[in-house]
Amino acid sequence: MFTRLVNLDRRYIFILVALAVIIPMLFSVNLPVSVSEPTLNLFNYIENLPEESTIMLAFDYGPSSLAELNPMARAVLIQCFRKGVNVIALTLYADGTTLASTLIKEVAAEENAVDGEDYVFLGFRPGDIQVILGMGTEIAGVFETDFSGNPLSEITMMKDIVNYDQIDLLVDLASSATPDAWIIYANEQYNLKIGAGVTGVMISEMFPYLQTGQLVGLMSGILGAAEYENLVGVPEKGMQWINVESFVHLLIVLLVIIGNIAYFVHRGREET
Amino acid sequence: MKRQIPLALCFLFGIVMIITQFSPHPVSKSVFERIISGGLIIGPFALVLATITLIQTHINRIQRRTEHWEYSLVVFAGLITMVVIGVPFGPENPVFVWLYANVQVPMDATMFSVLAFFIASAAYRAFRARSMEATLLLVTALIVMLGNVPVGDLMWNKIMSWTGLSFFGIENQASAAREWILDNPNSSARRGILLGVSLGVISQSIRIILGIERSYLGGGD
Repeated sequence: MFTRLVNLDRRYIFILVALAVIIPMLFSVNLPVSVSEPTLNLFNYIENLPEESTIMLAFDYGPSSLAELNPMARAVLIQCFRKGVNVIALTLYADGTTLASTLIKEVAAEENAVDGEDYVFLGFRPGDIQVILGMGTEIAGVFETDFSGNPLSEITMMKDIVNYDQIDLLVDLASSATPDAWIIYANEQYNLKIGAGVTGVMISEMFPYLQTGQLVGLMSGILGAAEYENLVGVPEKGMQWINVESFVHLLIVLLVIIGNIAYFVHRGREET
Repeated sequence: MKRQIPLALCFLFGIVMIITQFSPHPVSKSVFERIISGGLIIGPFALVLATITLIQTHINRIQRRTEHWEYSLVVFAGLITMVVIGVPFGPENPVFVWLYANVQVPMDATMFSVLAFFIASAAYRAFRARSMEATLLLVTALIVMLGNVPVGDLMWNKIMSWTGLSFFGIENQASAAREWILDNPNSSARRGILLGVSLGVISQSIRIILGIERSYLGGGD
């Protein structure tokens, strides 16, 4: 039996993972989520901004990371619209334009936010570093129009905004190394405050920036999304998916423990 | 000349950009801004180049009938469909948005989701306590995995209450342990890697600016 367990066909593991995903979704399990300090710091930073402040929201991800990062974007947008904080959204990912545009319109409709007054979506420009540096001089020099083609000079919300000096915070929702670029080029060069929301696999890369204060706060993967939804008071996809993820993680931990027991018993028998 | 001109341009712009970082003079600032504007104009050319390379690669695959060449036809079908709809009608066109939401999003999300299955299978096979180092990695990984989901804290709190140790007030220690690992051993190691990479980038940049490193020109040297 232990030999069979050591060489377990991976298809059985696939079936178990599928069940660990499907069953909690069917029965809508709700586990209590405590809020971590980095998520709380980001929430408090935005919460303490005065009304009519402006934040930038960078949708630096594509559809592959949508499950983790869309709930974060949604929660941040809801918080900003409810607080009266203006949002300038953009993306450094060509894949992210339609995704960002759709989500912003959806949340704006729910929260009665007005395009051009409460938010602006700038769209995409190629060349990550040049775009970040270029906006430090003049945002309109990089994005002459918003995503719908309206010149920035004609948009009410943008009339007093020239560059990062008028931006209170940038939140980078990222599935790759863009937070590093924002920190190196926007934070270090132009002193723009940066917060981030990243996929689970990137969390470890971001922690040194939290300690140095180069990141004001961080949402870590789907857990970060669930925590932020909790803080904003809109428990949705993040909360739903963290419960699913709980079961998958638990399954993997159990599999690793069973695998190790089987391995040691099998090795012990081979030695005797 | 084919090599000398790019080398000279690289040297010139490299040195100028370094100087602009150390000089607050208006001329230096203006030069910096002009170079960045130039970079913004050059950026889209990279996209054009990437598209041409993609087309060339897949035409080549179809012509040579290499393994799975049929998939290259799918690449062209996707590329042509999105360009034909996206370029004249814009990215906010309902058909473009529908194709994005109902074709690209599910496909991309599916590819990423498959990772969960492979990671579970790989973890089962690879995480074996064969040595001291492997055991350390295994235990750390399990703590971080449990601390990364609410069920970790829930289990901890239940165990504490069953064992009667909850009166110490030590709640949510699974997530606290995860944060400690990320904050201390992880951050120390990451910082070391970051410093090493940064020093490597600086030395490589100097080599490129001075024309010692020329591999970016292609064709070997």
